[in-house]
Amino acid sequence: MTTALADPTSPVPETAPVARSGHRRTWVARLRAAVLGLLGLVGVAGLWEGYKAVGPEEGVLVGENRVLPRTTDLAMPHVWDMVQRLFEPVTSLGDAEPLWRVVLDASVVSLGIATVGWLVGTSVGLLLAVLMQRVRIAEWGLLPWIVLSQTVPLIAFAPVVRSWGSRIEIAGWEWPSWLSVAVIASYLAFFPVAVGALKGLQSPDRIHTELLRTYAASATDTLRKVRIPAAVPYLLPALRLGAASAVIGTVVAEVSTGYLDGVGRLLVSYAGQASGDPAKAWAPIFGAIGLGLVAAGFVALLGALMRNYRRGEAV
Amino acid sequence: MSPTTERAARVAAPVLVGVLGLAVWQLLVSVLGVSEYLLPSPSEIWAELGENSQAIREAAWITGGNALAGLVFGAVLGVVLAALAGWARWFDGMLAPVVASVAVVPIVALAPVLNSMYGADSEYGRRAIAALAAFVPVFVNTLRGLRQTTPLHRDLMSTYAASGWQTFRALTLPSAAPYVLTGIRVATSLAVISALVAEYFGGPRGGLGSFISTSAATSAYARAWAYVAAAILLGLGAYLVTVLLERLVQHRLPTGNPR
Amino acid sequence: MQDAVRIEGVSKTFVTRSGQVHALADVSLTVGEGEFVSLIGPSGCGKSTLMRLVADLEQPTAGTVEVFGKTARKARVDQDYGIAFQQAGLLPWRTVAANIALPLEIHGVGRRERRSRVAELAEMVGLSDFADHHPDQLSGGMQQRVAIARALAERPRLLLMDEPFGALDEMTRERMQSELARITAETGAAVVFVTHSIPEAVFLSDRVVVMSPRPGRITSVITTGIGRDTARDEALRESPAFFEKVTEVRAALHGAPVRSPALEGR
Repeated sequence: MTTALADPTSPVPETAPVARSGHRRTWVARLRAAVLGLLGLVGVAGLWEGYKAVGPEEGVLVGENRVLPRTTDLAMPHVWDMVQRLFEPVTSLGDAEPLWRVVLDASVVSLGIATVGWLVGTSVGLLLAVLMQRVRIAEWGLLPWIVLSQTVPLIAFAPVVRSWGSRIEIAGWEWPSWLSVAVIASYLAFFPVAVGALKGLQSPDRIHTELLRTYAASATDTLRKVRIPAAVPYLLPALRLGAASAVIGTVVAEVSTGYLDGVGRLLVSYAGQASGDPAKAWAPIFGAIGLGLVAAGFVALLGALMRNYRRGEAV
Repeated sequence: MSPTTERAARVAAPVLVGVLGLAVWQLLVSVLGVSEYLLPSPSEIWAELGENSQAIREAAWITGGNALAGLVFGAVLGVVLAALAGWARWFDGMLAPVVASVAVVPIVALAPVLNSMYGADSEYGRRAIAALAAFVPVFVNTLRGLRQTTPLHRDLMSTYAASGWQTFRALTLPSAAPYVLTGIRVATSLAVISALVAEYFGGPRGGLGSFISTSAATSAYARAWAYVAAAILLGLGAYLVTVLLERLVQHRLPTGNPR
Repeated sequence: MQDAVRIEGVSKTFVTRSGQVHALADVSLTVGEGEFVSLIGPSGCGKSTLMRLVADLEQPTAGTVEVFGKTARKARVDQDYGIAFQQAGLLPWRTVAANIALPLEIHGVGRRERRSRVAELAEMVGLSDFADHHPDQLSGGMQQRVAIARALAERPRLLLMDEPFGALDEMTRERMQSELARITAETGAAVVFVTHSIPEAVFLSDRVVVMSPRPGRITSVITTGIGRDTARDEALRESPAFFEKVTEVRAALHGAPVRSPALEGR
């Protein structure tokens, strides 16, 4: 559910291979990748339809346990029904909006909340990483807790935060419910960023820090000119992980705090209507998938903008 | 700082931070009077843990069981598909974008429809979520591990005229094993988190996640926090078990360094 | 005339897990203004440590290190020396020009002045056409030239070099030696040059300081007698005087009796 592809406590730096092969070859390679990727998607849809066609209606049972799902249209709607349903109105009421529009609106709201959460979590994570890099005792005191907390289900406390919404009031300003969601999202985004950024800030070669020492450079200069640029290859995977965590945190927190305007709410309420309209339940899932892809795409764009900082280490 | 004091400080500092955190928390609640809706005191949570220990154990058993089932299935699937992808480039090309998407997408969003696919009283929907979440890191790490053999090593094996199986035994497996283990370690945490969170999306009651949300919904906040604490302990326990397993296997198996 | 470096009775002991290591024991050495001095010896003889003491990257356990009459620390803060290491140590995300400009940037030199100085330095090391390249697009020799340009950026009167050509192939190395000789002649800077190549030390230096390990100390100092006005070129490499000095340094390194009386500072 998160992008902890590798060990989240040791983000692997991505070294950008400098492409110097001919343009034509990269172009062919790209086309090939796109076609294969499309085939992969088709393969997933094919698996779905294939199982639906040959699988027993009551699903595959081992003893009392149903290990593979039922294949009725109610349980597993056809892929084309899911897509078609997107373009039909939300409800049977005359002036209802098309389903895709409602899902899109809710997804945009969720994306906004996730972005706030990601920004806050990233900022706090970066600041803490700088502190831990500068003050060794802070690193010793905090880092074990941060690493440990990455392995436990922190998100479990999301339902408890529901109570905050109605109880906090500061000088007439009421705590809006979306803020509870954003707090949870930022909380989840914070941890990978703090760990990744610290690894990155500590990554410069001794030769580089010593060079700055011979320049009698201040700690701030060393941070700006050497440590932060050197941290970029470590930071990008951490930011991507943070973005995925923020999206997951947002969706889960929307559900568990009962927030009404986001895509999380649609996930639950449309699933409740699945007995009458099974294809509808898939629309917010597509929305959630879109959220994750947009977040990852944004970080990938960030990575492309900073490609100079990702050149392989020169000797 | 001498090496001895440094070692002592490295142990003392996190302990101190932990104790300090607990003290500030208790102080916030009992002296400054932060309402228990916002934050029950550690002592209250501790009391709730004691009172509900039986129910908590049963709930942890259910959630843990789902996580374990998902982990086993997801890990097996991950290793098998990674082996296929390592063997056939076109298969890797097809699978790579799908896996990359699954990695960034909130998989728990599937929980409501999976519940209706399996039926309202089935735990298998959650197991499927846990399996999908566990699959990703195992697949990615295994594939990376399978690609660790260097051309130099492969050339060496050719000069020995080693068979495909011999090369696999002597070269590919030892260099890939640490990566598989790392993948499983990451997958364990994800499986527990996913199994737990999937319970927030409806389905049969009984696990830790559903107790957290029911307790919170009925304003029994201290009890909700007690279940949260149990969930954290479950996650920690699962993680420690895999770390131990990893150590054990690495001890038995003469493997290369994971780096 | 003020000496560039004055080292007196310096000892350096490192505390490690397995006990104390005496890297340097009672070392004294003086480097005059504009003088080229090489430190040579087997690994573990403390030649790099000695240079790092001058650079104020390490502090002596006993004794004093003076650079242009100041403490090493003051000299570092005042930027009285430039430095180059065995690895070029270029920042991979910066272009050649930006790498050369790094020390200038840190010391608040204005943009325009920075640009003209960088152009001048790139010209000096023959890399004008590569100013916009990144380090990963350069050969090892070119990277090391950038590092030398960077070390010269602030016109230091002292250059500290720790095996700067150690990672280069023999042909590139000889070319770089000639270039370094030309550049130091142009700038008139004093050089402390750490190396483990005997011909390199003799070719470049006014004096070669031979060191021995456990504990690190100076065993002999050999004056090459190759004047500053002698061209450092292929002819010099082939001359009998050059070979004679190479033999002399080799003998000193291998502990044979030293013929030259040029023993000082012990």
